[in-house]
Amino acid sequence: MKLYFKYLQILFKSQMQYRTSFWLLTVGQFFIPFAVFAGLYLLFERFGQIKGWQFFEVALCFAVIHMSFSLSECFARGFDMFSSLVVRGDFDRILVRPRSTFIQVLGSKFEFTKAGRLLQSALVLIWALSNLPIDWTLIKAITLVLMVTSGVFIFTGIYILAATMCFWTVQGLEVANIFTDGGREIAQYPLNIYQKWVTRFFTFVIPFGTVNYLPLLYLLGKNNGDDLLYILTPVLGSIFVLPCLLVWQMGVRHYRSTGS
Amino acid sequence: MRVYLSVLKLRLLNGMQYRSAALAGVATQFFWGFMIIMVFQAFYQNAADTQPISLKELITYIWLQQAFLVFVTVWFRDSELFDLITSGNIAYELCRPCELYGFWFAKLLAQRLSSAILRCFPILIFSFFLPRPYNMTFPPSLSAFLLFLTALMLGLLLLVAISMFLYISVFITMSPMGSLLIFGILGEFFAGLIIPVPLMPSWLQNIANVLPFRWTADFPFRVYSGHIPQKEALIGIAIQLVYLLVLVWLGRVSMNRILRKVVVQGG
Amino acid sequence: MIQLKGISKSYKVAKRQTGLRQAAKALFRQEHTIVEALKDISFTINPGEIVGYIGPNGAGKSTTIKIMSGILVPDTGTCTIMGYTPWKDRTKYVKNIGVVFGQRSQLWWDVPVIDSFELLKDIYKVPQQEYKTTTDLLIETLELQEIIYSPVRQLSLGQRMRCEIAASLIHNPNILFLDEPTIGLDAVSKIAVRQFIKTINQEKGVTVILTTHDMNDIEALAERVILIGKGSLLYDGQLGELRKRFGTKKIITAEYKQRANPIQIPGASVLSWSPERAVLSVDTANFKTSDIITHLTTQVELVDVTIETQPIEDIIVQLYKEYQI
Repeated sequence: MKLYFKYLQILFKSQMQYRTSFWLLTVGQFFIPFAVFAGLYLLFERFGQIKGWQFFEVALCFAVIHMSFSLSECFARGFDMFSSLVVRGDFDRILVRPRSTFIQVLGSKFEFTKAGRLLQSALVLIWALSNLPIDWTLIKAITLVLMVTSGVFIFTGIYILAATMCFWTVQGLEVANIFTDGGREIAQYPLNIYQKWVTRFFTFVIPFGTVNYLPLLYLLGKNNGDDLLYILTPVLGSIFVLPCLLVWQMGVRHYRSTGS
Repeated sequence: MRVYLSVLKLRLLNGMQYRSAALAGVATQFFWGFMIIMVFQAFYQNAADTQPISLKELITYIWLQQAFLVFVTVWFRDSELFDLITSGNIAYELCRPCELYGFWFAKLLAQRLSSAILRCFPILIFSFFLPRPYNMTFPPSLSAFLLFLTALMLGLLLLVAISMFLYISVFITMSPMGSLLIFGILGEFFAGLIIPVPLMPSWLQNIANVLPFRWTADFPFRVYSGHIPQKEALIGIAIQLVYLLVLVWLGRVSMNRILRKVVVQGG
Repeated sequence: MIQLKGISKSYKVAKRQTGLRQAAKALFRQEHTIVEALKDISFTINPGEIVGYIGPNGAGKSTTIKIMSGILVPDTGTCTIMGYTPWKDRTKYVKNIGVVFGQRSQLWWDVPVIDSFELLKDIYKVPQQEYKTTTDLLIETLELQEIIYSPVRQLSLGQRMRCEIAASLIHNPNILFLDEPTIGLDAVSKIAVRQFIKTINQEKGVTVILTTHDMNDIEALAERVILIGKGSLLYDGQLGELRKRFGTKKIITAEYKQRANPIQIPGASVLSWSPERAVLSVDTANFKTSDIITHLTTQVELVDVTIETQPIEDIIVQLYKEYQI
């Protein structure tokens, strides 16, 4: 863990060497989702609601998934950018060091400019929460935190899967975007507005539904039945990262036997 | 003209090299289109009054957007050119026996065109065979289709003319970041990529109409679906032409001026 | 210290297809060819040795280095280095080795060199006290005082390589793998790097395994060379022995007072001739150099004679030819 912070420090220093571009990118990261959110707002202005969901409810959904996304892109960027690491042959370097490959890859890159995106989604979160009639309890607050963290785990899991693919091929990795960017776009609306199969896929296979839709029902008092189950769904969702780590280990083993 | 054609050919061959990248791109865009359509479907389901564009027309609009994404997005860029400018290797380019504006224009055009050629057909063909209501539809008439093609090509030229300013601006800022940001966000928003222009509130539509961005992509797509009637389409094409001429003229003037400065500074 | 026995490694390489039809086929079924990168490689290296590991491009040098540094797992064979099997106890093992890949950098590009060192300290869990003494020594012997606070991107190639080597020694490894450490360096930097490798080998007893294409590196550093070609071990022994066996040719340049007709000396072939100067080549395996010179004096009035041994570079080229690699 200490090592991870060291990596953080050194890469922060690196990025600070290019201050102007750092600030510009941060501002850009603020405005890109801002434009998307503006679009969302305008659509609600025209249509009023989407399958019974009101604007602020959807805004909360939006904020949670975008926060998770920006956090994961900031801290797990090493896996997201892994293909360049492999292409440059720098993965060999990682293997000759006495630390786990996981922490070294994680520490190989941080994208601090995503703070702009994080700020944007945090603002949306505050705005949405202050306009929603939620009776706050400690458990509800914890659930909200769990939602965001679980999202980070799921995004990281997908990055790891995509990174593992690099051990076999570095072509066509763009497909992973379907699940990261695509998952984010899908999950910024409550999942039940989609066709059944989409909802199911993003609940049980790639569990974005457990990050915002299901616990959101609980937060808004819309769930029927067991509260506890809805509270714990984010935790269940984060389990997603475990098989991903396993696959990663397999990938490293494959790399070391082929050296491609 | 021959130079430009050979640049295009080279690009196409180059693009073919990255088949799996193209395939992945097609899959991604296909998924994307599907997702957006589902969201709009949900919005339209309970919508009380009739909307300025029907769901059917909107679906066609979205598929066209996905198929010709490289005709819309400003961020689709040539980092080679950026490097050329910032590293000072621009001197080599200046030695070439063509005018720089034209040469770069051709290069960028070729890049977008080749990328679109590789990607648009699978998406278009596939989207025609999708089950209702997700499928794409044919244009209402042959003349609408011809108008669409004209508008699309003009739109592409227009977009390249716009993106040329991006490269020109790098001569001054030495970093593409800022300009990309402004062009990227504003351009995409007002080209209707985030929400289709007809669904914007009227005050925003007014802004969009004045800016060049919507003429690159939004306009041709609506001509295709017949959402814009043919008479209006002809006027639109005239507007496209005017924009194109003005932007190319402006681009050339500013580029030449900046190049002169670069030469004077010796670097 | 290092023991390799019967190491073999082969790769599956996908055949690149040309043409659209072939490419479409490749989407479903790819054809592979097996490339044998290493065939039954065995050798032993003792502590404190400097070994030059040479061979033409694609001979399998990097594969061997990768196996020895625990990156790759071989198909067959055993490898024991300091009691570890590199690919099995990776994290424990790699604490004992330092690796420099000449073509890649392990330093963080945008931050001062010293920051990279600090981070490496934490990666290898080097105690502060030990870190201090090691870096002080490294900075002094490699003359890094001036450059240690500048970001890597501002350093020259030679300066960077010196930092790279220092970085791979921060954790006091017992073995140092150098993969083309002098590639792209100018003459002065090359000599500095060589000097330093010698120093740490002598003073700290670090075992060094070095691959290079620059035979001057080998000549300056390694007493022992291992030659590999097409995945097989071709020669393993003293550099002097190699020279004795293959570098038996000597070049004699003789300058003399003017003489009209060409000289003729048994046992020597005349490479070039002019009325004042002749260049002869002698195979010392069959004839003595002194005999040739005696012969020379009988034929011409000598002004000056120089005798050169065949450059090692040529010997290697000759060897490559001989083994057809």
